[in-house]
Amino acid sequence: MDSKAYLDMSLLRFTTAGSVDDGKSTLIGRLLYDSKSIFEDQLLAIEETSKRKGQVDVDLSLLTDGLRAEREQGITIDVAYRYFATPLRKFIIADTPGHIQYTRNMVTGASTANLAIILVDARNGVLEQTLRHTFIASLLNIPHVVFCINKMDLVGYKKETYDSIKKELEQLVVKLNLRDARFIPISAKYGDNVVDASEHMDWYSGTTLLHLLETIEINHDLNMTDGRFPVQYVIRPQQKDYHDYRGYAGRIASGIFKPGDKVKVLPSELTTEIKAIDFYQEEIDEALPSQSVTIRLANEIDISRGGMIVHQGNEPTISNNFTLDICWFNEKPLDLSKKYLLRHTTNELKCIIKEVNYRTNIVTYEKDFADKNIKMNEIANITLVTAKPIFYDSYRKNRTTGSVILIDEGTNETVAAGMIN
Amino acid sequence: MTKIINHNHLRELESEAIFVMREIAAQFEKPVLLFSGGKDSIVLVHLAVKAFYPARIPFPLLHIDTGHNFQETLDYRDELVEKIGAKLYIGSVQASIDKGRATEEMGVGASRNKLQTVTLLDTLEELKADAAIGGGRRDEEKARAKERFFSHRDAFGQWDPKNQRPELWNLFNGKKNMGEHFRVFPISNWTEMDVWQYILMENIPMPSLYYTHKRRVFMRDGIWLAEAPFMELKEGEEIVELDVRCRTIGDISCTGLNLSTADNLEDIVKEVAASRVTERGGRSDDKRSEAAMEDRKKEGYF
Repeated sequence: MDSKAYLDMSLLRFTTAGSVDDGKSTLIGRLLYDSKSIFEDQLLAIEETSKRKGQVDVDLSLLTDGLRAEREQGITIDVAYRYFATPLRKFIIADTPGHIQYTRNMVTGASTANLAIILVDARNGVLEQTLRHTFIASLLNIPHVVFCINKMDLVGYKKETYDSIKKELEQLVVKLNLRDARFIPISAKYGDNVVDASEHMDWYSGTTLLHLLETIEINHDLNMTDGRFPVQYVIRPQQKDYHDYRGYAGRIASGIFKPGDKVKVLPSELTTEIKAIDFYQEEIDEALPSQSVTIRLANEIDISRGGMIVHQGNEPTISNNFTLDICWFNEKPLDLSKKYLLRHTTNELKCIIKEVNYRTNIVTYEKDFADKNIKMNEIANITLVTAKPIFYDSYRKNRTTGSVILIDEGTNETVAAGMIN
Repeated sequence: MTKIINHNHLRELESEAIFVMREIAAQFEKPVLLFSGGKDSIVLVHLAVKAFYPARIPFPLLHIDTGHNFQETLDYRDELVEKIGAKLYIGSVQASIDKGRATEEMGVGASRNKLQTVTLLDTLEELKADAAIGGGRRDEEKARAKERFFSHRDAFGQWDPKNQRPELWNLFNGKKNMGEHFRVFPISNWTEMDVWQYILMENIPMPSLYYTHKRRVFMRDGIWLAEAPFMELKEGEEIVELDVRCRTIGDISCTGLNLSTADNLEDIVKEVAASRVTERGGRSDDKRSEAAMEDRKKEGYF
């Protein structure tokens, strides 16, 4: 390996959705195994376990086995994160269980993903779970969705089977308004089209899954237009040399910030200019989305955590009353009489749920305006009223300034994830 | 020339970790950074310095000292603390043993590794710390793969894997009741390779233990361990002098040494890239049982 090659690697976060039987663990095991991300001691451990269980082939799905509680029950109950890298990219996999009762885990895994892999069993085609997984990918606005038609070995690697499933999926893609969808026929068990091109499917001329993951363009997924900088922490050194230093630390939510930019500060709505952008000991000329930097302003304006620096002439919506889609996470159902805490960018404030507008069926996609009791793993559209106005964009436009979580004040638990309309 | 940040995967991980550091400072009253002298905690300190520059890091460092540390680790620690102007607290496992809070393991293979949990929890309570920042990574061990950035601990310092809060986007929920605390892991998403590449990219000075050096060692269960006054030898175990380096540093009783000639960061990165065994493969504390880490984590281990 060239010792400086790593400086050009990028990072792709993806999520995998699939149920117990559609080969998700095997696919992840295959990616890790074929990209040589598995170490000898790990391999030895799963070989021994496979043998103990009386299996002939090494069971790659054992690689992703998690906690003892899960091993004993043979199920996955939580999001697990896996890592592998090729010379081009580092990958973070949010591995989520696909069963209906784990919708919330899928939502969690999807929230940080640039890409979703949805597994479809070639023998069964589009099932209820496929509809569910695709709906969540759409709800969470994942920029890229890759449908892997798996277990092609069990349908004789037939083109007709793949084509008819693909056709059905394409209709789904249109219906759910997915931004970018791809289709790959694979066999995770035997490795066809996962890392190496299949020898059994000459009729498929597209890329392998790994090649797609390595090369798919992700820079365009960032919102470079709307300048949004939520202030996370104010840096005021109590040291002599930096007596007058006042820096606003945070992570660029969207847009490009440069020294000299004319900005507005929220909530005060005062205007000023960016004097400098600091990255550790350097002053930089440009800061891009997701970079953690420190901004200094030309005028002394009082801003604290929860405030936001935005570009003049391109401002977020400011309101204390808005609608959003939520996924309910908690065993205790949504309670209209309760106050919740809302976390939005670096802001935290009290809120009440004014109204449940409707509940969405995640398989039929129908809206239910009658039964508005929202329980764990359900998706609903609600109207919130917050104690003070927040500065937001719609989630479709901006995944950072459009997302919120709700916290139960009594238990401190995170009870819902929300995407502002 | 325009000065911008070359946003590669390491910068993305760095940016995420700095974001988490700043969240900790904003959401907690008395956070402490757990410093072990190992590479992960050295990277943590580096990230903390960057997150709050030019101000000093707004929390102290805490070292849980087993009393069985390499002298190099202690020297490095003291120099670092001096350089960054941080406050250092030391929790002593020996003191926990003397006070009767912990009982020393006896015989061959005895280790103070597990005893650290008692000292850690006692010290966090003494300091009234409400967040302990650790260098845990999800790629280290399977019990860690499901760990959160903000990991909730009950009033007894225990981790309940079934009762962890979901973490979405970068909205971290650090709400807690009195007496409870959080463990926070800013480098959750880093792998061993990322850590070394980052150390190389940032040119972070490392303790000499990580580079090749001559040391008197002996082999036990396929792992080279360092000679030390408190390490009892079994029959048939023999001291030899070899060129070795540490791949991960814990206390002497459980730190496996690798045969290596790597004397610079570039060679270490190459060695890690070529390695076919996980770094914890050399940690005898993980070999005790298949769920060893899961059990220690539940009790309140790092």
